[in-house]
Amino acid sequence: MIYLDNAATSWPKPPGVAEAVAGCITEAGANPGRAGHRLANDAARLVYDARAAVAELLGAPDPLRVMLGPNVTWALNLALRGLLRPGDEVVTSSMEHNAVMRPLRALEAEGVGVCVVPCGPDGRLDPQRVADAITARTALVVMNHASNVVGTLLPVAEVAGIARRSGIPLLLDTAQTAGAVPMDMAALGVDLLAFTGHKSLLGPMGSGGLILGEGFDHTRLEPLVRGGTGSRSEEQIQPDFLPDRYEAGTMNVPGLAGLAAGIRWVQGQGVEAIQAHERALTQRLIDGLRAIDGVTVFGTHDATWQTGAVSGTIDGADVGMVGLRLDDDYGILCRVGLHCAPLAHRTIGTFPEGTIRLSPGATTTPEEIDIAIGAIAELAEEQL
Amino acid sequence: MSPSRHAVVLTHASSHAIRAEHVLRRAGLETKLMPVPRHLSSDCGVCVQIRAEDTAQAEEVLRKNRVPYDRVEAL
Repeated sequence: MIYLDNAATSWPKPPGVAEAVAGCITEAGANPGRAGHRLANDAARLVYDARAAVAELLGAPDPLRVMLGPNVTWALNLALRGLLRPGDEVVTSSMEHNAVMRPLRALEAEGVGVCVVPCGPDGRLDPQRVADAITARTALVVMNHASNVVGTLLPVAEVAGIARRSGIPLLLDTAQTAGAVPMDMAALGVDLLAFTGHKSLLGPMGSGGLILGEGFDHTRLEPLVRGGTGSRSEEQIQPDFLPDRYEAGTMNVPGLAGLAAGIRWVQGQGVEAIQAHERALTQRLIDGLRAIDGVTVFGTHDATWQTGAVSGTIDGADVGMVGLRLDDDYGILCRVGLHCAPLAHRTIGTFPEGTIRLSPGATTTPEEIDIAIGAIAELAEEQL
Repeated sequence: MSPSRHAVVLTHASSHAIRAEHVLRRAGLETKLMPVPRHLSSDCGVCVQIRAEDTAQAEEVLRKNRVPYDRVEAL
């Protein structure tokens, strides 16, 4: 079996992740912050370890500015719904995932102006178009770091500079890049960074969060969920301090223990080394697929401008059937269709048919890439 | 450990207490997490017990690391 669906979730997880999850359940199974006994304290330390690991890897100013939750979608909803009010405007790109677009369309129905800046057919964004889209009412710029469809990286530092000069916070969706691309949110100038734990941070599903940058005033950000935090139990209103203001309810402690283990593995390898490995595989895949008659590869065709998500089509072939044949006949697992990003597919010209997306990960080998190229070549041959 | 020779760092949240424990231990101080004594707070969380003679150093470490805390109380 060859797993090329790392853009959806990374697999396999590195050594230590499953053990950390199991260890949490068997050895530290109490509720952090809800008691002062040793098992509750052990669980609280596991949560802290995850917070500190995320902060260290992504350049957060302080572990206590890392808000932990179930996934990046929760984090994006928290930021968008917590900040935007009727009458505000928000600027975004045409390469966004539905984790951004659906909350924005719902907010639009409530009176928030949504300005979608068009990207090129290869997914690239001209930062000047963001500058041109900003008005006196713009309250937020939100965009992904890299497309989940074609992997194209967006110019974060340039857009952050534009947003900062206008006094507007930038919310960055790093679902496809955290752990795969070296990142320092302070150096990039990102005010709000949403991340997921189960992709390139190599943790389990059900972990993610939102990091608040150094200068970001959190009193502007309304909580998405309110409830028990273990703190200020005498009060019926939500605490106003970090991270409890945004962390109501019992957390996924086993998942966070696994996330900390995943990040430790990433740190052991080094993000730069992982990026170099994935870039080499990605370029090999792009070049191999482009050499096949009848195959179209989308995106920049340059692995230095993208992550490991490679999208293509075979002339005359239904992408769903290709996905089935790859699984049944070749043991190759990938994602086909529309990748929860209809606007991005319209931008690159693959709506509504979608694409075949092959996404190598940290432990994919060149041999596996060559087998996948060979399989696509055989399937393309059948169409000629 | 005799309780009379200790103090506790009181924080607003358990995650702050864990962060305090982390930075204090890193600074070489002896710490122990414990439930907040009821006479100090009605909160349900934990606090960090330290040696009473470490109080000044502990507060310096907490400030330097910008760990939010309420106060340090002698036991």
